[in-house]
Amino acid sequence: MRIGVFVCHCGTNIGGTVDCPQVAESAGEIPDVVFASDEMYTCSEPGQESIVNAVREHDLDGVVVASCSPRMHEPTFRRAVERAGLNPYMFEMANIREHVSWVGRDKKANTRKALELVRMAVAKLRNATPLYSDKFNVTRKLMVIGGGVAGIQAALDAADAGIEVVLVERETSIGGKMAKLDKTFPTIDCSSCVLGPKMVEVAQHPRITLLTASEVQDVAGYVGNFTVKVKRRAVYVDWDACTGCGTCIEKCPSRKTPDPFNEHLAATTAINIPFPQAIPKKAAINPEYCLHLTKGKCGVCAKVCPVGCIDFEQRDRVDEIEVGAIVVATGYDLFDHSVYKQYGAGKLPDVITSLQYERLLNASGPTAGHVKRPSDGAEPERIVFIQCVGSRDRSKGRPYCSGFCCMYTAKQAILTKSHLPDSQSYVFYMDIRSPGKGYDEFTRRAQESYGAQYIRGRVSSIHQHGKSLVVRGADTLAGMQVEIEADLVVLAVGVEPAKGALELGGTLHISADSNGFFMEGHPKLRPVETNTAGVFLAGCCQGPRDIPNSVSMGSAAAAKALILFSKAQLESDPQVAAVNPQLCVGCFKCVQTCPFGAIKESEDRFGNPKAEVLASVCKGCGICSVTCPHGAVQLNNFTDNQLLAEVNAICPLPLA
Amino acid sequence: MPASPGVDSGNELRILGFLCNWCSYGGADSAGVARLEQPTDLRIIRTPCTGRIDPLFIVRALINGADGVLVSGCHPGDCHYVEGNFHARRRLETLKRILPVTGINPDRFMYTWVSASESGRWQEVVREFTARIHTLGPAPRMSDTLTETLAAEGLPMQATNGVK
Repeated sequence: MRIGVFVCHCGTNIGGTVDCPQVAESAGEIPDVVFASDEMYTCSEPGQESIVNAVREHDLDGVVVASCSPRMHEPTFRRAVERAGLNPYMFEMANIREHVSWVGRDKKANTRKALELVRMAVAKLRNATPLYSDKFNVTRKLMVIGGGVAGIQAALDAADAGIEVVLVERETSIGGKMAKLDKTFPTIDCSSCVLGPKMVEVAQHPRITLLTASEVQDVAGYVGNFTVKVKRRAVYVDWDACTGCGTCIEKCPSRKTPDPFNEHLAATTAINIPFPQAIPKKAAINPEYCLHLTKGKCGVCAKVCPVGCIDFEQRDRVDEIEVGAIVVATGYDLFDHSVYKQYGAGKLPDVITSLQYERLLNASGPTAGHVKRPSDGAEPERIVFIQCVGSRDRSKGRPYCSGFCCMYTAKQAILTKSHLPDSQSYVFYMDIRSPGKGYDEFTRRAQESYGAQYIRGRVSSIHQHGKSLVVRGADTLAGMQVEIEADLVVLAVGVEPAKGALELGGTLHISADSNGFFMEGHPKLRPVETNTAGVFLAGCCQGPRDIPNSVSMGSAAAAKALILFSKAQLESDPQVAAVNPQLCVGCFKCVQTCPFGAIKESEDRFGNPKAEVLASVCKGCGICSVTCPHGAVQLNNFTDNQLLAEVNAICPLPLA
Repeated sequence: MPASPGVDSGNELRILGFLCNWCSYGGADSAGVARLEQPTDLRIIRTPCTGRIDPLFIVRALINGADGVLVSGCHPGDCHYVEGNFHARRRLETLKRILPVTGINPDRFMYTWVSASESGRWQEVVREFTARIHTLGPAPRMSDTLTETLAAEGLPMQATNGVK
């Protein structure tokens, strides 16, 4: 075998603490290495060109590049090697930047370590074989999980580009959190006037199938060919017939059903449409509160329904849907502030969350837009807003900034003044974080034009005093304690990943960060992709963000899916497991351990049991390789021989 | 600055690390990006998953002269391949119990979990494990006569690191 070694200086990144010419010279003495050189920037155009030229001039069979992490530039160099006419898998990388020059200061030790890493790479390459990708067809259909504004945008963009889209939403209507908002910052646009038309567009779009009251249960397959099991929850109403007239809702006697859409500020009926602009505008029965379903009585809705669409016999069912790519847009949930004992732990009726306050401001909310405090329905005069409740608080396990609370608090302070001109708002804040376009101006306007009084400091306690609340806190700028008698306290609660997101992440094989938000492929360069090919992220499931950012992410995720669909066929990753039928005895231990069901029981032409790898399903983890008692299953490019060659390159001598 | 153990003081030991591509290899990368200084003894072998690491690789390394072997992967529950590190954990835990039977000091082997974002933790792991191996000293080796016999038979013996 004829191997070429290229040692990269990476400017002074490597060259500063590794003697690269020395490494190259010593590498030239490794068996099978017929060419070795050092390059200033191997990843640059001249650097790649020198690889291509060396392969041709020295008739190389394989190439080793000693430079940065393969997680950075392996694809770059594989393409260069391919351009030179070699198989791209006849290539190995030695990581002498992240693992050597950047972590060690001693040039001699670094140089020696770099050479050993090169020796390991050469040893591995010596045992490499060319690998070839398969081509496979793509199902040109997109699934969007989550019907908030990010999911709606992704669905609309993809559908407008001509792709079939299935939008799966857990609630009975799409709209997400944005549908609950009154106005949006910094323009004070009416939220439902912005979102409503988009929701209607989703409902009317010929290429969007809308599945509400549905949840993703299981995902099988791989990029281009996913099979998704979607559970369609029983709503006990035939939605094909329901016209959304609302007669049933008027007559339903079960009037104490919890109303999550109004953040439990009011009750609703057992059969209901969550809000006037709901899409689809269809009634659904909450089975826990329906008197017919719980006690076998009533049935009034069925009697009054003019089209006879009530169906108490409806059952949950599971649909299997084939799609080529998945956009995850599961959004967020609000932090549960009841862990803050000093803020009343959710027991003081006039301490409410920001989203509850949003419903009070909203004209279609439980008070028709009149701000009334929950305890006695009185109009509050003094309102205290407390920011960072469940954000930037390590003691509550929420170390991160929730991003948009500064802005919505400013918005609510402004809206309060226009609803109640005689009111006075106080805002306790830690820092004001308003970096968006027009955002800083907006928070200033809340203070300067709307008279909201901003107090920098934490609130230490809230307690009830007669009809009002006493808010005690620090003013760290004035350096004194302050006490405010308030009629209403609004907690700007932080955000956390939506309930059930972690389980969904497990189903989709995508990982989450330490806070439970889904991990992007690369924090800078692949913000809407995941490490699972064909699964993309949009909106708050990846981290807290406001509406414009969620919308851009929705569009970006749709664009990434469209790139996938623009190809007639996809190429598979050939670094998958392969069975050597001569060694396989058909014990099928590999079948039992494969987490992806990528190995199946099969037979050779004599009827002997043999394992068979479904290359398109295999994700290349190699669990099977270790499980096989005979070494019959080998993971391409990470075979036993390749890994042991690396071990032997470092530890060549047996102990006594 | 105090010299890290093994930094060219003539006593660098042979430590091998098997790291999963998704978490710990990324963690080692981020430690590099953050320029977190570490002793130079460790040489890293990249595998797709800790589930790909055959305990026999570790035994082979230890028998063939490694002074220490470190395995690191994604935190349990965070595996890129769903359950690869659970398989690894069982295998490696078993290995740890078998090593004393083979005459190998089980302290020369360690497995741990480091995510891609835990660069500081990776630095700690490398420092602590290297220090531990230096406390144990070089693994027992062949007698010189046997080494010479092997050499005479033409068996490979490119001793590295200046260690006999």
